[in-house]
Amino acid sequence: MDDGFAVRVEHAVVRFNMASERIDNLKEYFVKLIRRELMFKEFLALRDVSLEVKKGEAWGIIGTNGSGKSTLLKLVCGILKPYRGSVRINGSIAPLIELGAGFDGDLTARENIFLNGAVLGYNRAFMQEHFDEIVDFAELWDFLDMPIKNYSSGMAARLGFAIATVVRPDILICDEVLAVGDYAFQQKCERRMGEMRDRGTTLLYVSHSIDSVRCVCDHALWLDKGVVRMAGDVGEVGDAYIRGLQ
Amino acid sequence: MIKMKARIDIFKRYLPLFGQLVIKDIKLKYRRSFLGYLWSILNPLMIMGIMVLVFSNMFRFSIENYPVYLIIGQTIFNFVSESTSQAMWSITGNAALMKKIYVPKYIFTLSRVSSSCVNMLFALGAMAIVFLFCHARFTWNMLFIPVILVQVYFFALGLGLFLASGTVFFRDIQYIYSAFLTAWMYATPIFYPIDQLPIRLQWLIKHFNPLYAYVTQFRGIVLEGMFPDPRLVFYGFVMAFIMLSAGSVTFLKTQDQFILYI
Repeated sequence: MDDGFAVRVEHAVVRFNMASERIDNLKEYFVKLIRRELMFKEFLALRDVSLEVKKGEAWGIIGTNGSGKSTLLKLVCGILKPYRGSVRINGSIAPLIELGAGFDGDLTARENIFLNGAVLGYNRAFMQEHFDEIVDFAELWDFLDMPIKNYSSGMAARLGFAIATVVRPDILICDEVLAVGDYAFQQKCERRMGEMRDRGTTLLYVSHSIDSVRCVCDHALWLDKGVVRMAGDVGEVGDAYIRGLQ
Repeated sequence: MIKMKARIDIFKRYLPLFGQLVIKDIKLKYRRSFLGYLWSILNPLMIMGIMVLVFSNMFRFSIENYPVYLIIGQTIFNFVSESTSQAMWSITGNAALMKKIYVPKYIFTLSRVSSSCVNMLFALGAMAIVFLFCHARFTWNMLFIPVILVQVYFFALGLGLFLASGTVFFRDIQYIYSAFLTAWMYATPIFYPIDQLPIRLQWLIKHFNPLYAYVTQFRGIVLEGMFPDPRLVFYGFVMAFIMLSAGSVTFLKTQDQFILYI
C-alpha cells in the first residue's frame, strides 16, 4: 500500500437539492405529492474533483465565492459524504473551520476548553495536560471563568485556535480563520502553523486572499463552479487565477 | 463486521464528548439559581405535591396510597415525554456544529436522552422522600427498579432517535408529536386506575402502550411489594428492543442526508 498520501480524493461528486425547492415539512410534502409536483432539482457543488495531497504538503484551495472550496474541505473532514467517487484520509485530522463552532455560550471558557476538546475527539486527561498551554497561547488567563457569550469574537477565535492547534494533527484544515483576531495574534497563528508545517503536518488551506495562500502553501488547487481548473505549484496556479479574474 | 468495529472505535473516541454534553445539560439547568442542585430534588417534589393535591381532591379514585400511585406514573411518563421532545431537536439544534466538524451525530441524541435520565434519577430521590411520608413498604424487590429504568431508557432512546431523524426532514413532526404526547398521557393510566376503562380499551392499552408495562412493573414493586409479572418484564424488554432497533436503523440509514437539510 502506498503510504505517501495524506488525502486522496478521487472523482468526487457532491450533490445538493436546490434550497428553493426544499421541503421541510410533512404538510407541504403531501400537498406536493398529491399534486405531483414533487421534483428534486439537483445542484452539483463538486463535479468530478480529484486531488492527491502527499504527506507534508501544504495546499491552498482558491476560487471565487460558491466555487465549492468549503464543500471540498467538508468532504475531507467527513462532514459530507460524496455522492459518487471516494475520499480517503491517511492520518488524524484537525479542522479549524470557523473557530469556536463547538463553544456553548453559557459555559465558561474553562468548561468550553474541555467541551471543545471532546468535540475534537480528545479525552479529559489529554486536555488537562495541555490546559495551561492552551490558555497561555490564547492569553486568556484573566477571563477563564467568564461565560463565552461575553467574549468578543476575537477572544473566542483565539481560544478556538489555541485548542485546535494544541493537538498535533497529521492534517490541519483551515478555512479563513485567520481573518479574525488582531495583528499580533495573526502573526502568532502563522508562526504556529509554520511550526506545525516544519514538524511535517499536512495543510489544507482555504482563503480568498491569494497572497496569504502564496505565503503559507506550496501547492494550490483552483476550483471554478465545482470543477478543477488547475492544480499544481502555488506560483503557477496563483498567476493563472489572477489572470483569469481580470 | 469491520464496519461494526469501526463504529465502536468511533464511539469510544467520542465517549468523552458524550460525558461532557450530559454534564453540560445538567450544569446549565440550575446554574445561577439560588439553591442550585437542590432544585433538582425540590422541583419534582413541588410538582408532585401539587399533582397530589389536585388529584386527591378533585378526582377521587379508590386507589390505596394514591400519592405514590400517581407519582410513579407521573415520573415515568415525564421522563419519556421530556427526553423524546428534547431528543427531537438534538440534530437540528446542533446544526451549526455539525456543519463544521465531523462528530458522530447520534451522540447528541444519546446525550439528550441520558441527561433526561439523570433528571429522572433526581426525581427518584424526591420520590423516595414521598415514599417515606406515605409509608410505602421498602422491600428487597425494589432492587429490580433499575431494570425497569433500563427498559424505559432504551425505549425512549429508540423513540428519540426516530424523532430526531424525522424532524430533520419534516419540521412539523413537532406539532404532531406534541398532540400525540397529550393523547399518550391520557392513554396511560397515570392518575386513574386502568380498570375504570372499558374492557376493549384496556386490552388496547395493555397490548400497545409500552408505558403501561413500565408503570405497572414499578407500581407492583412499591405498592404491593411484589416482584413484577415476568410476562410484563419480557414485554417491556421486547418493546424497548423493537423501538431501539427501529430508531437506530432509521437514524443510521438517513444520517448522511442530514447535512443537506439542517
